[in-house]
Amino acid sequence: MAGTATAPARPPGDERLGRRSPLRRLLGRPELGALIGAIVLFAFFSAVADAFRQAGSFSTVLYASSTFGIMAVGVSLLMIGGEFDLSAGVMVTTSALVAALVSYQLTLNVWAGVAVSLAVTLALGFLNGLLYVRTGLPSFIVTLATFFMLAGANLGVTKAVTGNVASDSVRDMDGFASARSLFASSVDIGGVNVSVTVFWWLAFVAVATWLLLRTRPGNWIFAVGGAADAARAVGVPVARTKIALFMGVALCAWFLGMHLLFSYATVQSGEGVGNEFYYIICAVIGGCLLTGGYGSAVGGAIGAFIFGMTNKGIVYAEWNPDWFRFFLGAMLLVATALNLVVRRRVERSG
Amino acid sequence: MSALIGLAGVGKHYGNVIALRDVSLAVDAGQVVCVLGDNGAGKSTLIKIISGLHRPDAGTYEVAGEPVAFGSPREALDRGIATVYQDLAVVPLMPVWRNFFLGAELRRSFGRLDIAAMRRTTRDELAGMGIDLRDVDQPIGTLSGGERQCVAIARAVHFGARVLVLDEPTAALGVKQAGVVLRYVARARARGLGVVFITHNPHHAYPVGDRFLVLKRGRVLADRAKDAITRDELTALMAGGAELDELAAELSGTGTGTGADAG
Ligand SMILES: Nc1ncnc2c1ncn2[C@@H]1O[C@H](COP(=O)(O)OP(=O)(O)OP(=O)(O)O)[C@@H](O)[C@H]1O
Ligand SMILES: [Mg+2]
Repeated sequence: MAGTATAPARPPGDERLGRRSPLRRLLGRPELGALIGAIVLFAFFSAVADAFRQAGSFSTVLYASSTFGIMAVGVSLLMIGGEFDLSAGVMVTTSALVAALVSYQLTLNVWAGVAVSLAVTLALGFLNGLLYVRTGLPSFIVTLATFFMLAGANLGVTKAVTGNVASDSVRDMDGFASARSLFASSVDIGGVNVSVTVFWWLAFVAVATWLLLRTRPGNWIFAVGGAADAARAVGVPVARTKIALFMGVALCAWFLGMHLLFSYATVQSGEGVGNEFYYIICAVIGGCLLTGGYGSAVGGAIGAFIFGMTNKGIVYAEWNPDWFRFFLGAMLLVATALNLVVRRRVERSG
Repeated sequence: MSALIGLAGVGKHYGNVIALRDVSLAVDAGQVVCVLGDNGAGKSTLIKIISGLHRPDAGTYEVAGEPVAFGSPREALDRGIATVYQDLAVVPLMPVWRNFFLGAELRRSFGRLDIAAMRRTTRDELAGMGIDLRDVDQPIGTLSGGERQCVAIARAVHFGARVLVLDEPTAALGVKQAGVVLRYVARARARGLGVVFITHNPHHAYPVGDRFLVLKRGRVLADRAKDAITRDELTALMAGGAELDELAAELSGTGTGTGADAG
């Protein structure tokens, strides 16, 4: 901070000033607990699994992290804004299905499907937000409802249109190659194939971080999550901010949906159910406060990285992958407890 | 010249709870109007109407002689009516400077926040009020009640309020901190602001007030200029006169603790 060094100019009574040490500042970061957890986990898996240490494995871990991490960006911002979106998992599938069905059934360039899907998915996010704002019901309930509706519609519409539980392959449609290179290609870095989603993930996190900390809407996100009434009272457009946050989740869902579609060319209509909890776990492990008002996009990213490491690390360590969820649950407990401790300490010693 | 704000015959109910009935009030520039009343008298409800959070169910609300029907606090703010709420309208986990500028953030090109300027302004404005914060980056929830109150008031004044509405700004404060706030209210009046000052405490109201409106169960019990009422009369009105005598009689045997701050 500028100016704190010119002590003589300050009026008396400033013996309280006691500058905050850099360490204390670091401790005040929401993602600190997650960062420590990630390092510990990384060291742990490196020690127990030889395969984990290979560059190719790391790239696989990063890929898994990125697909969850992209969603965790939107979900983290929404959580900082004080809300949940339980429809986030199936919305990814809805998004992919819309693009696949529209391009295939109407024999259009896949980019047309991509565009329609973007509009439809954003509209779904808008609807989530509007329902929340208008009904005043908890977002948990509103999005639980849209979760079931989307899950049902995914299956129902796909079966009605294709007579099958999966969409028809769009591999031979116009524009597939270019769409694939944008959403689902990989880049060779020093002999290791790194999925393009990893770079998109980093870009999403960077943009979200900038938005949160350096722009007015970011200020509003913290405010509506921390104290919505207070925010409203000083003129923050609370309803608009919340709706935009739901649309942010939808945007991430659209992106991931496009990735899945252009990776596999076809979409299984029953996919996505349950993933919404993984996204929420990433955000929470990353230090976002469940009750809103506190957290970071970087934290969500670290949460996703922890998720990816655990997911793949168990495989590389040749453990029974059935235990993955057990570990995830345990980690969730540890991470939230750790976050709580860190935050309390910082608040007390201000 | 018409008053800065004027309410006439205002009423408000929540479901079947009648919170306010037939209340009138006018605030001129450079005038402090104190609204007093017991818990549940309707003080906060009145404030919420003035600040645009609620619309009255009956009566009229005028700003500078012009009828208004605010749809949000933002609209009231745009007309220069700034409110500091009992619960302070701050976001506890956010830094002091972000709270100070919340809803009116300074920006540079590309919508970037002008963080340096906001930090500086926050520190300067608060220093100007005699509040020297350790660190404008600390979460506002970690400040003392008095400090938080002063941040909230300084914020309203900084953003060009013409009418300052204060909902029990001294209720949670110690004697000295309350003095700081009262002095600040007097300073705001001297700058030509109109002030609506809500309080339980006639001892806080009397020194700074120019006019006193006493509410009871949502109705106006008294509406007097300062020269038409003494401090004791005001205190008696507040406590409900006879009730206070009764209380005094009741407590006379046991030894009393009525010297305590009524906040
Ligand atoms: N949102 C609400 N819904 C229902 N009743 C309400 C609501 N807000 C206030 N009331 C009722 O309206 C009446 C007036 O409340 P108000 O908050 O205006 O009182 P007050 O004078 O500010 O009291 P205090 O000194 O305790 O702050 C009370 O009886 C209260 O219970
Ligand atoms: Mg009140």
